[in-house]
Amino acid sequence: MIARVWRLGAGARLFFLTIIYSGESFRRFHLTLREIYFTGVMSLLIIIVSAFFVGMVLALQGYNTLQKYGSSEAIGVLVALSLVRELGPVVTALLFAGRAGTAITAEIGLMKTTEQLSAMEMMAVNPIARVVAPRFWAGVISMPILAALFSMVGVLGGYLVAVPLIGVDSGAFWSQMQANVDVRADIINGVIKSVVFAVACTMIALFEGFDAPPTAEGVSHATTRTVVISSLTVLGLDFVLTSFMMVV
Amino acid sequence: MTDNIVEIDNLSFGYKGRLLHKGINMAFPRGKVVAIMGGSGSGKTTLLRLIGGQIKPTQGEVRVDGMVVHEQDRDGIYQLRRKMGMLFQHGALFTDLSTFDNVAFPMRELTDLPESMIKDLVLMKLNAVGLRGAHALMPTELSGGMARRVALARAIALDPCIIMYDEPFAGLDPISMGVICDLIRSLNDALGATSIIVSHDVKETFLIADYVYFVADGVVAAEGTPHDLMQSPLPFVHQFVHGEKDGPVPFHYPAGNYQSELLKQRL
Repeated sequence: MIARVWRLGAGARLFFLTIIYSGESFRRFHLTLREIYFTGVMSLLIIIVSAFFVGMVLALQGYNTLQKYGSSEAIGVLVALSLVRELGPVVTALLFAGRAGTAITAEIGLMKTTEQLSAMEMMAVNPIARVVAPRFWAGVISMPILAALFSMVGVLGGYLVAVPLIGVDSGAFWSQMQANVDVRADIINGVIKSVVFAVACTMIALFEGFDAPPTAEGVSHATTRTVVISSLTVLGLDFVLTSFMMVV
Repeated sequence: MTDNIVEIDNLSFGYKGRLLHKGINMAFPRGKVVAIMGGSGSGKTTLLRLIGGQIKPTQGEVRVDGMVVHEQDRDGIYQLRRKMGMLFQHGALFTDLSTFDNVAFPMRELTDLPESMIKDLVLMKLNAVGLRGAHALMPTELSGGMARRVALARAIALDPCIIMYDEPFAGLDPISMGVICDLIRSLNDALGATSIIVSHDVKETFLIADYVYFVADGVVAAEGTPHDLMQSPLPFVHQFVHGEKDGPVPFHYPAGNYQSELLKQRL
């Protein structure tokens, strides 16, 4: 228990130090841009393919239920709201933790194991400013964009199943969506969620790598912990944020 | 200005209730190659980390260029480290950067030199270690000896006053060992630096060191020039420099009775 509290404190300390030493990530933006490529661009394939299937399944399941009540035209709203408010940010965060989060943890853990971080320290180069902060901001910038793409591709997948396959009216699909999806209550709240998840997932991945014992087993355990802790944190935070957004 | 660029004064260091160093005194004069030798686990590398300010002593102090290392704040430590270069045991090259970029790394991070000048300086440093032709290779494409030489070029990138070597000969073939040995001495003399070598390779270290400290049981067990230590009557030093199997450092790790352990069903 004491060890867990200690890790929580160490994680919070790393977070604050990352914020303090973030100047470098913006002054030399190419460092952050490089990490955006590795965490964001390289995650595009898994995000787009997953979003497509999630959208298609949503349309199938939604139609199955909605037609019982004679409101199958509302399928567009159902798909869009499910994606924008919940599935877009949450599934993107879970996929991000599995794809980019594990890569970040393994990379930093191995840098520690092979003394690259110590070498940097001995060169009077701050590893938090040079290694941690650019990866943190890359994650924070990438994930909301990935979540937006997830929702867009998901809606497209839902459209392909609902309209050409099932035969729902195309006009009804789009017009109902346009009428019932609110920018502030739905889209902005979804973006807020994805930013919060981005901070949590990226920070967990960075801390686990930074804190990993410098052994093969240590890095392996740290990578596993990144996925488990990130996933649980995202789901927990989703409940808290959703409750908060319902009240406000 | 004192003649010693690094001084270790009554230094003790320990963790988890165990003292690794017990009141160590050492001096590293400017321009000299000084070796710290001792068995595995005797705390040689820890001494380098204490000099570099990566850890703090339990008692006593390390002074670098007259400044007490553990009393410095982060900026002060970084200022001191700009005077140091360090060669890590396995090179610690950045695996995502090419040989050229590895050597250029400290220049790009710590100076405002234009890229054209950095290019010239990097090629100069790589030429000094004989690897100018390998500037485009990635660390994974280098042999162990080449990686060590690139790491050495990176360690001297900003012409440090102190160069620290952590086991520079470990795991190298005899040719690479000879090359590294020669480079340590020649670069030290060319740069007018002070080299601190942590090693347990007696032959190579004695060939280039001006002065040697032997660390055993947390204290300086012996010190002197390589010649003095070769003649030393101290049992530990004699066993170490002549590579004798048995002596004060026993071949066997302490264990119970051999026969009774063999007859036991389980360990």
